[in-house]
Amino acid sequence: MLRTRVIPVLLIQDGGLYKTQRFKDPKYVGDPINAVKIFNEKEVDEIIVLDISATRENRGPDFNLIADIATECFMPFCYGGGVKSIDEMKRLFSLGAEKIALNTSAVETPHLIQEAADLFGAQAIVASIDVKKSWLGKYEVLTRCGQTKVKQDPITLAQELEKLGAGEILINSIDHDGLMTGYDLKLIKSMTDAVRVPVIACGGAGSVEHFQQAVKEAGASAVAAGSMFVFHGKHRAVLITYPEPSIVESIGR
Amino acid sequence: MLAIIDYGMGNLGSIQNMLKKVGVRATIASDPAIIDAAAKIILPGVGHFAAGMKNLKERGLIEALRRNVLETKKPTLGICLGAQLLTEFSEEGNVEGLGFIKAKTLRFQLDDATLKVPHMGWNLIAPQKSSPLLEGLSSQSRFYFVHSYFLKAESPSDILTKTHYGFDFASALEHQNIFAAQFHPEKSHKFGMRLMKNFADLRLN
Repeated sequence: MLRTRVIPVLLIQDGGLYKTQRFKDPKYVGDPINAVKIFNEKEVDEIIVLDISATRENRGPDFNLIADIATECFMPFCYGGGVKSIDEMKRLFSLGAEKIALNTSAVETPHLIQEAADLFGAQAIVASIDVKKSWLGKYEVLTRCGQTKVKQDPITLAQELEKLGAGEILINSIDHDGLMTGYDLKLIKSMTDAVRVPVIACGGAGSVEHFQQAVKEAGASAVAAGSMFVFHGKHRAVLITYPEPSIVESIGR
Repeated sequence: MLAIIDYGMGNLGSIQNMLKKVGVRATIASDPAIIDAAAKIILPGVGHFAAGMKNLKERGLIEALRRNVLETKKPTLGICLGAQLLTEFSEEGNVEGLGFIKAKTLRFQLDDATLKVPHMGWNLIAPQKSSPLLEGLSSQSRFYFVHSYFLKAESPSDILTKTHYGFDFASALEHQNIFAAQFHPEKSHKFGMRLMKNFADLRLN
């Protein structure tokens, strides 16, 4: 039987590994290659690496860093951050990435999703959507690391991107990011009800219980977390952890 | 030397990374002469079946593969799309495959609406016969899958492993010198490492 994937999300900024809260206050966690090595030893299901400074600095992916990460990844590896062209994607796949997450470029140049899906297959293209609640309580999509508001609502956008060929939706709640108090289940549920492709829940996980909720109550196909896998205790000491195989096995059962 | 066939379909990088990790020398080959010189062949691949066949044809690789796989009988491992291409036919594009193994590639038709297609993620393999490829592996070994089509062998004796997703499908086939793995050993941690090492160490009589 298929296991629910439990996926560490690593944020890269200026070549270092960071973790944010509500997309702000990046805290330095350590060396990304070292972290990937540890996650590899822990036999994690999959890994997502997002370069959160690429779009902001208006640059493409850091291919040297990605090559170093890929050689340590003996599990599926998804990269996101600053990807704007098919050529960049070809290079990422040839280095050993399996999937590419598109966020800002999914909104600004949606045809890229279609071209990429036609060329590399839908399974290789992840549409990453960052969502924040407005002061009226309405869900809004933000790109450029939470800086730019998008006119479509999250559901409409996800459905458009699915139609263009995105093979998975990574839905991240900016309001829950880094808080470790649980996912935005309402947001995830509305997403899993609206699309047929797998939805990866992200933003707010602090415990295995939260994973269970995302799968059982909100219908997520996979669960992602950042802080939970890199911080330990209330003082947020850096410690890389991952649940035991028997616990991962039990999620969604 | 092991030849990883490059026909423009998918990530040779991860296969090379893993072979390097387990200490196996491999070369990426798109030239028939290199394939002729290799001791073993890996046919990787991700993407559309029809595009895969078209690329093999355009690069003039079909004859070289036929010669080395069917005549010289070099140990050959197809992975994911590479496994499917070894079959006679695929519903993906309704085109003929290489036909090196008596099997077909069919689309998942699952009654259970909660089961998504593609079958994506980690699943178990149940060995159906003993094989040097599975040495050190068991029904508790998990592998990473991502596919919308599955292998259907004509002869049950060619089924090497089965995996459950809505029903039991053949997740790997073995016929003489030919191995076809629907899952991705290059992305399956120690289990995949073991399988790749087993393939590299394989001696066929």
